[in-house]
Amino acid sequence: MSIPAELKYTESHEWVRTEADGTLTIGITDHAQEALGDIVFIELPAAGKTVAAGDAIAVIESVKAASDIYAPVSGEIVAANDALAATPDQVNGAPYDSWLFKIKPAGDASLDKLLDAEGYGKSIGE
Amino acid sequence: MTELQHTPLHAAHLALNARMVDFGGWDMPVNYGSQIDEHHAVRTDAGMFDVSHMRVVDFNGDAVRDFFKLAIANNVDKLTVPGKALYSCLLNSNGGVIDDLIVYYFAEDHFRVVVNASTAEKDIEWFGQLNAEGEFGLSITPRRDLAIVAVQGPNAREKTWQVLPDTRAATESIKPFNAVRFPSTPFGELMLARTGYTGEDGFEIVVPATHVEALWNALKAQGVKPAGLGARDTLRLEAGMNLYGQDMDEHVSPLDAGLAWTVDLKTSRDFVGRSALEAHGSKANFVGLILRKEDGRAGGVLRAHQKVVTPLGDGEITSGTFSPTMQESIAFARVPAGVNPGDTVHVVIRDKQLPASVVKLPFVRNGKVLASL
Repeated sequence: MSIPAELKYTESHEWVRTEADGTLTIGITDHAQEALGDIVFIELPAAGKTVAAGDAIAVIESVKAASDIYAPVSGEIVAANDALAATPDQVNGAPYDSWLFKIKPAGDASLDKLLDAEGYGKSIGE
Repeated sequence: MTELQHTPLHAAHLALNARMVDFGGWDMPVNYGSQIDEHHAVRTDAGMFDVSHMRVVDFNGDAVRDFFKLAIANNVDKLTVPGKALYSCLLNSNGGVIDDLIVYYFAEDHFRVVVNASTAEKDIEWFGQLNAEGEFGLSITPRRDLAIVAVQGPNAREKTWQVLPDTRAATESIKPFNAVRFPSTPFGELMLARTGYTGEDGFEIVVPATHVEALWNALKAQGVKPAGLGARDTLRLEAGMNLYGQDMDEHVSPLDAGLAWTVDLKTSRDFVGRSALEAHGSKANFVGLILRKEDGRAGGVLRAHQKVVTPLGDGEITSGTFSPTMQESIAFARVPAGVNPGDTVHVVIRDKQLPASVVKLPFVRNGKVLASL
């Protein structure tokens, strides 16, 4: 199971990458895509939407099940990877290249609750 | 938590890196890799499923035909040729479905049934009760010593014959829903039935538990692709086949679950549940749904228990999924009588009402899409 060391993680299986401009890029982990199985539908939030940490803001559906994707921090959605709508199975093939959305964190947003690769690995029993 | 039960192929599934799930108390493979690839293998070539969690039960005794005349809703007198099989519901006295099963006729003193895994204990108890109350004097033998492999797909029979060449002559000309037994093969005593749960041709092979892994490996060597319960579900949904516990159960009449064709109300035979069925009648239509797309995209996936809004009242999806063959979201739904194929209904998905077309079942049969918007 791939867990890149340079990323941060949530217990709900999102990965988070901090970009040079301070925005956060978010996707789902290899563990998450493997558990979901073949992904056939993705619904993403619209750019400009304000979100709070822990909000269910996107949906991924596999053949087996529907799964909510949560905002790891509070802030504003600045971009969504709408190209995934046509090819949702990209997330199965390359979960760390297939970002879902980008958030500009609110001024008081905290990244302290995010896990590092080792902590995430432990949380999924690796 | 009680320990999960294992089929004799459990180690083989683990060796193939299957993703295992608790399926009604059994630790079963849901997929080995991509469940969509497994699905397509069955539609276009050949796949195989371990269905050894299902239970074979043998019935012996002079009154076995009379027993099944009472016990099951379909007409057992359709079984006159040895090897012939019949799909039927087993009803309780309220007309609810205890289980759905297949009955095989071997001889006037020997019938066999195959029942679902999760209901097996309940069924066997019920059979025992009917046998005692009616004084049929049957011996009823659950065969936990037997395993079952379903080999399904347009090339399934040919690949089976590559592994079991001596069965070809006897099974090449049998029609669907017939079986042949072979007392002595390299894999022990076998039953090959031209049945399945995918809408494709193939065999369900009943094999001694002691030989099933060797048979599985031999089929795999012929290019039969192992497929899990995930693909089994999308295949049976496309094929318009009900799943017990989801599309019908003890509180649902077979007449409201698309199973009227299996209930024998034509003859005067008095079977368990008949009077309740006749008093209740049919109150709902059981139909197929296809979620419509907007701008080439569907708004989600149809799932069990989603609400179906119609002009005649609300209905409910009983099974839903994404169809790999059609690339559409499809479902079975129980809807008010009067909602018919050709109509448009709305399904509530995440608080949105999305339009869906009502279609006749099945969606897919023998590799071909039959249902359309």
